[in-house]
Amino acid sequence: MSLSISIQHAFADFALDVAFEAPKGLTVLYGRSGSGKSTIINAVSGLIRPHRAKISIDGQVLQDSAAGLFKSAHKRKLGYIFQDSRLFPHLTVARNLDYGARAARRSVDAMQRARVIEMLGIGNLLDRKPSALSGGEKQRVAIGRALLADPQLILADEPLSSLDAARKAEILPYFERVRDETDIPIIYVSHSANEVARLATTVIALENGKVIRKGPALDVLADPTVMPMGVSQVGAVLNVRVKAHHSDGLTELSAGHDSYFLPRLQTDIGVNLRVRLPASDVMLALGRPSGLSALNIVKGRVEAIQNTGASSAIVKVSTSAGFVLARVTQRSVTAMGLDLGVSCFAIVKTVAIASDI
Amino acid sequence: MLLDFSPAEWQAIGLSIKVSFVATLFSLPFALSAAYALARWDFIGKQFLNGLVHLPLVLPPVVTGYLLLVVFGTRGPIGGFLQDWSLVFAFRWTGAALAAAIMAFPLMVRAIRLSLEAVDPKLEQAAATLGASRVWIFLTITLPLTVPGILAGTVLGFAKALGEFGATITFVSAIPGQTQTVPSAIYALLQVPGQENAALRLVMVSVVLAMGALLLSEVLARRAIKGMTGA
Repeated sequence: MSLSISIQHAFADFALDVAFEAPKGLTVLYGRSGSGKSTIINAVSGLIRPHRAKISIDGQVLQDSAAGLFKSAHKRKLGYIFQDSRLFPHLTVARNLDYGARAARRSVDAMQRARVIEMLGIGNLLDRKPSALSGGEKQRVAIGRALLADPQLILADEPLSSLDAARKAEILPYFERVRDETDIPIIYVSHSANEVARLATTVIALENGKVIRKGPALDVLADPTVMPMGVSQVGAVLNVRVKAHHSDGLTELSAGHDSYFLPRLQTDIGVNLRVRLPASDVMLALGRPSGLSALNIVKGRVEAIQNTGASSAIVKVSTSAGFVLARVTQRSVTAMGLDLGVSCFAIVKTVAIASDI
Repeated sequence: MLLDFSPAEWQAIGLSIKVSFVATLFSLPFALSAAYALARWDFIGKQFLNGLVHLPLVLPPVVTGYLLLVVFGTRGPIGGFLQDWSLVFAFRWTGAALAAAIMAFPLMVRAIRLSLEAVDPKLEQAAATLGASRVWIFLTITLPLTVPGILAGTVLGFAKALGEFGATITFVSAIPGQTQTVPSAIYALLQVPGQENAALRLVMVSVVLAMGALLLSEVLARRAIKGMTGA
């Protein structure tokens, strides 16, 4: 399953001009509000009709403006998860879940229904009306409703942005399960670096209606020239494995030949995780520093330097586990003689767990 | 006795209820269509349609009644045509129902239009992405969410139809047993000395019917909202 998109659409104040492929897995459209993310997802859904577009799933055309083809939204077989869950207020959770099947005059696949209800943990909510659900529960039901519409593609438009941090943490694992337990490609709109780090298989970075970078998530996130959300949100993502739980309360993660330490995780040894290293929490040193409180010091080599603004720079360092980004001052770059190929040490102050993989 | 209704009075009460019921029943589908068009579509002549719908609300009822007589009378352009299909309005109870329907129409359209406009189009979009066609969306999302407005509009229309006087008496006169509804019966009784008790009885009936209609609409709307949101 893969989705192929090419859209040109002129608005009064900005023009959207994008072309990309979304392979299997979860593709994040990553950018600020106004970058065109939501326009793309609405064009794919058929809720808007862009001036010029060619959109197809595995050769099945959803829109081809050159040939005058436009499939209306209800014939596209989609599951759209909105920012505001948009559950039907007059129907119970069960009827909301079955809405897609009834609309298509299709009998509900009991096995699949049971599986989705179990996966989302909404079995005890079936008889309730949406007004009796919490924000997190509503969004879980909305995910279930989209999945049970028998979609060939799932669209999610900032599905977590209306929730508080605790509810976000409640919903994120369900998106991971949908990504990993179904074959349905997912297009996910987000402006959150954390969500991208945690969920994305592929990242399409957008700015002012243009694609500025597209590719596998770890590559795009480690590219210091790509900052759709600004320099403060830059941070590399590494795949790591839980190696040991130490008696002093720390958990050791192994990544390549390097070890990272962080406060005890409730995760079994041997489990693979994604961690995010915010660039502003990484320092560089030419020699291995001693007498420093930081625990996470890894050896690497300068791969690229990108000046950002008047005084700061993002340095991309290749380590045995992958790329790490550090935000430093341009003065330090000059003083330390940092240049491509120079060996250095990265001192990582924050290691944030992004997800299980 | 004050509560001793004469057969003629019963006749007027029964006729009033029949006329109002038929009037509301037949204007409901038209009111729903007009409300939907006004709430959801943009078309040339929308303001004209809006004005036309509201005209009976602001015209003197006697003018509406006279226009009905001209158009739907047995020699009128529509009345003459319908006569061939043995549907006669002039000086029949059907004419009273037509007059009541036209007078109740703007109130029904207003109430239904307000509740249609309150239905979030985002819900209809969500239904479309789930595979629902336009008709299916209307039947399963828009219509159920509009039910409180439809109920309120229907009861309001019914109450208005019960009280209709000016257009009715102009169009179909006040023939006892044929077109004499409660309001025209009260008017007729008040023209004759010594009939105050009979008039008072019918006044009380009017108050009870109107009050009952309002209470019913309140209860129905509440139930509809409760059934809708589970709150």
